[in-house]
Amino acid sequence: MVSSSSSRPLQLAGLFAKAAPAVMSVGLLLVAWELYANYSGIKPTILPAPSRVFEQAMLNREALIDNAIPTIRATLMGFACSLGAAFALSMLVDFFQPLRRALFPVFIVSQTLPLVAIAPLVVLWFGFGLTPKIMLVALVTFFPMLVALVQGYEATEVEIGQMLRAMGAGCWRVFVLARLPSALPYFFAGLRISITYAVVGAIFAEYAGAAKGLGIYMLNAKNNFRPDLVLAAVGVSAALTLILFGLTVLLQRLAMPWERIGRQPAGKGPGR
Amino acid sequence: MSRLELRHVRKAFGGLDVLADISLSVGAGEFVSILGPSGAGKSTLFQLLTGAEHGEGEMLFDDTPLDDHGRHFAFMPQRDALMPWRRILDNTTLGLEVQGVGRQAARARVAPLLAEFGLAGFERHFPAQLSGGMRQRAALLRTVVQERDMLLLDEPFGALDALTRAAMQRWLEQMWRHHRWTALLITHDVREAVFLSDRIYVLSARPARVLREITVPLPRPRDPTGATAQQAGALEAEILDILLNPQPSKGHDHD
Ligand SMILES: Nc1ncnc2c1ncn2[C@@H]1O[C@H](COP(=O)(O)OP(=O)(O)O)[C@@H](O)[C@H]1O
Ligand SMILES: [Mg+2]
Repeated sequence: MVSSSSSRPLQLAGLFAKAAPAVMSVGLLLVAWELYANYSGIKPTILPAPSRVFEQAMLNREALIDNAIPTIRATLMGFACSLGAAFALSMLVDFFQPLRRALFPVFIVSQTLPLVAIAPLVVLWFGFGLTPKIMLVALVTFFPMLVALVQGYEATEVEIGQMLRAMGAGCWRVFVLARLPSALPYFFAGLRISITYAVVGAIFAEYAGAAKGLGIYMLNAKNNFRPDLVLAAVGVSAALTLILFGLTVLLQRLAMPWERIGRQPAGKGPGR
Repeated sequence: MSRLELRHVRKAFGGLDVLADISLSVGAGEFVSILGPSGAGKSTLFQLLTGAEHGEGEMLFDDTPLDDHGRHFAFMPQRDALMPWRRILDNTTLGLEVQGVGRQAARARVAPLLAEFGLAGFERHFPAQLSGGMRQRAALLRTVVQERDMLLLDEPFGALDALTRAAMQRWLEQMWRHHRWTALLITHDVREAVFLSDRIYVLSARPARVLREITVPLPRPRDPTGATAQQAGALEAEILDILLNPQPSKGHDHD
């Protein structure tokens, strides 16, 4: 890899500059919330101040971590399942175009199913274990991934395909050499979107019934009139989503070095 | 001795007549251009040759009919078609890789040509880091290392700015004198056709037919500034006139 180590501090500074507005707006929101909760006379059992949420989160950190682990597990396993299925089906659809017309309506319908109604049913059918969570996470993330991949293959430059065929490449070679790499940017765009769906999907499944998990933790806290703990769990799930999102960004940078390096002009002058 | 020979080739897409009647030949070690207006059907002709599309008429290579399996051509598409995710070196070895040549052997075949193609020192760069001219040279290198019988070049310099294009034409003429590839070049640039070619087929607008076959009598190395410049200029003017005022008797029709 030709990673330019000399520009690393500059990159970091740039990252901070980019993150600054977001950090500031979130900070302002927290300050406003804190002031409102403290001075409006609203009861902490209705709206706790962020400082109290944080305090309680620290006091209950063991329970929070304990409940976050099953959620993480369900998210990652469900996501892995949907990725595998989406990849296999995307290839099938790419090689046999008629299948696309037959299958896509089914997939689209699967996306319009209301999660609120489906989650309790899936729990009813498959119990309180890991299976229904994995299924729900897979259900909400599968279609965005499939569409991203199929669109990505289609984005292959026509000329590249023609050239490869003229070189003597068959369907499979064209797929591996051109269509798959062409789909990478689409794949990562889909990944970023569906990873956020995945966490929400897992929590929803737990909300509908689970032994452990952030979803059931939120439900119990709410039933015990502890909005501070509900919000603490929300904070944990938000952090989880952000971390997963960050990981996909990192993964994309590693997997597509040309996107980053390609933007920097070559060291020497153009042409000759 | 003619290697490629087309006799009365026709092609229609649905109801759209694209190639009306194309007959042409390319001899061994000859540089031939197909010159015609945009949308005439020039790229379509290459699609027929590479087997991407099928048309009517006879297409012979060394007196045997072309089929999908005889791979006589190294084809350079209209856009450079470099893969953005491959480094320049890996882009140039692509054709060899598809042929089944091992990575080391492929690189060894490309290596001695890198300097000649002005790419030495840029092997590890990605296409997006290169200038337009360098990208075209990389695409051309990817084409010639396949060592096929004949080069098919579809408007290789069409996307370049005028200055870079002129530089690339001079460079290609010089390269051709060293290597003597059998080449068929598509262009809509009259000057480019005259500067590079031994012979030129001037095509009509769609549906394309051959308006005129022109032998370029200019000596090589071609010198755009020397004594033959005037002769070249006269030839260019004559060809431009054929393109702009096609003979009605030759069956020019509007669409
Ligand atoms: N696969 C195709 N299907 C239908 N029409 C096509 C196809 N390929 C090319 N054409 C049409 O054929 C005509 C000639 O195209 P082309 O060969 O690319 O022209 P040129 O290369 O001379 O500019 C254009 O009108 C184009 O729309
Ligand atoms: Mg064309």
